[in-house]
Amino acid sequence: MNSAALASQLLIGLSRGMLYFVVAAGLTLVFGVLRVINFAHGSLYMLGAFFSFTFATVLAQGQAGFWLALLLAPLAVALISLLIERGLLRFIYQREHLMQMLLTYSLVLIFGDLVKLIWGSQYQSLSLPGILSGSFTLGGVAIPWYNLFLLVMGPLVALGLWLFLDRTRLGKICRATATDREMVDILGVNSTWVFAAVFALGGWLAGLGGALMAPVVNISLGMDANIIIYAFLIVVVGGLGNIWGALISSLIIGVGEAMGALFMPDWAIVLPYVITGILLILRPSGLLKSVW
Amino acid sequence: MSTLGLQKSKPGAERMFSASRVILLVLLIIAIVLPPFLSPYYLYLLTTIMMTALLAASLNFVLGYGGLLQLHHAVFFGVGAYTVALVLTKTSWPFWTAVIAAPIVAGFFALLIGWFCVRLRGLYFGMLTLALGQLVWAVVYKWRSLTGGDDGIHAIPVPDYLASPTSVYYVNLAVLVISLIILYVIVKSPFGLTLVATRDNPVRSQSVGVNIRRHQLAAFVLAGFFAGVSGVLFVLIEQSVSPSLLYWSKSAEILIMCLLGGMAVFMGPTLGAAVLVILSMVVGTYIDYWLLVLGLVLLLLVLFLPQGVLGFLQEKLSGRKTGEGGERDAAS
Repeated sequence: MNSAALASQLLIGLSRGMLYFVVAAGLTLVFGVLRVINFAHGSLYMLGAFFSFTFATVLAQGQAGFWLALLLAPLAVALISLLIERGLLRFIYQREHLMQMLLTYSLVLIFGDLVKLIWGSQYQSLSLPGILSGSFTLGGVAIPWYNLFLLVMGPLVALGLWLFLDRTRLGKICRATATDREMVDILGVNSTWVFAAVFALGGWLAGLGGALMAPVVNISLGMDANIIIYAFLIVVVGGLGNIWGALISSLIIGVGEAMGALFMPDWAIVLPYVITGILLILRPSGLLKSVW
Repeated sequence: MSTLGLQKSKPGAERMFSASRVILLVLLIIAIVLPPFLSPYYLYLLTTIMMTALLAASLNFVLGYGGLLQLHHAVFFGVGAYTVALVLTKTSWPFWTAVIAAPIVAGFFALLIGWFCVRLRGLYFGMLTLALGQLVWAVVYKWRSLTGGDDGIHAIPVPDYLASPTSVYYVNLAVLVISLIILYVIVKSPFGLTLVATRDNPVRSQSVGVNIRRHQLAAFVLAGFFAGVSGVLFVLIEQSVSPSLLYWSKSAEILIMCLLGGMAVFMGPTLGAAVLVILSMVVGTYIDYWLLVLGLVLLLLVLFLPQGVLGFLQEKLSGRKTGEGGERDAAS
């Protein structure tokens, strides 16, 4: 076990963690503002990956395809999210958590079969554009360029979210809604469109996560069920609705998973759950303060 | 949710002969005399329904009566099934030890998971059940030398007298009826009523001296125990186990059953289980997109019939006459 292997595995873990963060940020944002547990978030992520496959192969051949897909797929998912929020979710904000959760779960089932209907059940794959394929060598260990790209994208998304939440009016309303929704209503803010916008943004993030993941995994049915549990774990460990908590816990879980793959490959998939269990037992309400 | 189960009971004779009890008794008699007239397929269908009904009823005990967001109930079902499977394939212990061990081990797992979960409230509770449940799933999935990994365990030897579909049917029927009666008695006991009170008004319950966490933990363990019993039934029917029994989507299925039948009615989850099992077997054989159908059914339920089928019927039948609340869980 040399230190270069460790370093490269760390880098891979961090980049995987960044990907988790992009997805989990959307979930935690929706959680915080709408107070809805969106089981369908994983489905939106899956849609992002499938859209990106279709856009990249149908719209443009070659180099441009990936970039075009990265731009368009999240937008398409955001549009679908907007339709879901306006068409369904807004009718059940007054209901119990369980009902809201079950509604979003019904979407998991529906989207799962729709994807099967449209794209079939075989694996799809998407190749990386030339500039991001290949790898460079660090201390004798090859590290893919794409991981470095993800390491840049993650902080960019985090920065964008911070600017949005901290510097824009809508962002401030979002934070206020997450903290005290009644007060926001009393102050006369039209929270209807805040909810719609936040849900669309959450969907956009899920779609972006899917589009970013598309070139490095088999695009397949079932990718929704895997990611949604991870995203839940991350969101809960980070503190419900707390985006920075989600960032920290994404990195912990990503790195933990990568280290697990290095030291005990057979048990790597158990590790995120163990980490989550331990963290939740130590800090039952999440690493950082929950927003509500 | 209204103050379910807290009404004064009506005079004995009237309750004994209430319509819902008569219906249930008739159903039971039909269930007892039916098997000779059924083809093996329908026998299997009914047996599966009864096993699933017990699972749904056990979830509803924590979910409906305890008000706890148990999002990963299938874990205890799976642990029960795996316990039977492991005892019967890895040891030479007699059959009955496996049957007795399974619910106890499931209950022990529930104690372990519940111990951590009851410290949390609402969504956090739900999320932790999900995380810890998935942890159990991941261990079962990966511990190939013990559990067979994703292959599961097949050809589990059950005694000869339990080999015929008819005997399995009667065992399932008996276990279901006995378990439901026990659960009903618990729901109506002082413990059950206190549990409902902690759900409806935790602050008040606490101030009159109820230890909420202890009640919730006890309910959690009981539900885990009965899920384990259902796991035993599963092994009797299928003679095999696989990690999908513990995956979170299985838990979601059970939740849908509770919702479909009605969580505020004691027999609701049982009806929900029956409808869902029939739908999945019948619809599933004709079209490939069974989950799409299930999703649409669930969507419509949440939007238009959140109280479930039995809950809706009961509201229609008794709601206007008995005023608020009425005899909400009389159908038992």
